Amino acid sequence: MRNVDCDKAAHRLYHFLDGELTVWRRWAISRHLDDCPPCAQGFSFEIEIRQVISRKCRDDLPPELRARIARELGIDTSPSD
Amino acid sequence: MADQAQFADLAMPYMSPLYSAAMRMTRNPADAEDLVQETYLKAYRGFGGFTEGTNLKAWLYRILTNTYINQYRAKKRRPDETELDEGEDFYLYRRLGGLEAAGADRTPETEVLESMPEDAVKEAVESLPEQFRMAVLLADVEGFSYKEIAEITDVPIGTVMSRLHRGRKQLQKRLWDFAVERGLVPSTPAQVGG
Repeated sequence: MRNVDCDKAAHRLYHFLDGELTVWRRWAISRHLDDCPPCAQGFSFEIEIRQVISRKCRDDLPPELRARIARELGIDTSPSD
Repeated sequence: MADQAQFADLAMPYMSPLYSAAMRMTRNPADAEDLVQETYLKAYRGFGGFTEGTNLKAWLYRILTNTYINQYRAKKRRPDETELDEGEDFYLYRRLGGLEAAGADRTPETEVLESMPEDAVKEAVESLPEQFRMAVLLADVEGFSYKEIAEITDVPIGTVMSRLHRGRKQLQKRLWDFAVERGLVPSTPAQVGG
């Protein structure tokens, strides 16, 4: 059942997940999530989305690019790494 | 003052994440490679001005972002100053059937996410208008704080928050559209609005 607390929690969803809330507001939302499984699931789904995006947005660094930059900078990169 | 001799040890480990970010910005490997190379040359030359003990990763991303804006985006006539709607909370979750009683034969929401191929997720991020794409990239892929993103992109924190919130919601819409197109979910949303 959605209520005012659910709306408040949803409104602060991103600030909460980003760790950008005051301690008091953070505590109030945590308490609501403890009492409200649907909101708690919604929040954990948002965490999941972020993890999936972060994981799937990686590209392999072309080795020749690393070598080219090292050469340009006159950095001696031993092939041991 | 930082010593140029230390540059390799300190800055080279960030090359891989910087390249991924450059790929999302320029959307093609040749430009991404040039952008990363240019970023490292500038960083190396300017390393004397970097204050030791401050955030090197954020400093490198700031150079990357500025270089991108000044050189690569300049190819286009104007930056796309698009506006996005405020958007809906839990957009994707609602459509995947969350926030309602779990149906017996419903695919768990997280499975749908996991089943999205990498190229689709990258494409969805790359399809966001530039200023939103940068904010989402810096926060959700690179893990920068609002304050760091404000410094990297040179806008007030309030603007960062607004771009980030709107960009994330827009990204969820695009992921949903993609899931429908590819038949990963039934085309009728489990629940709209609410």
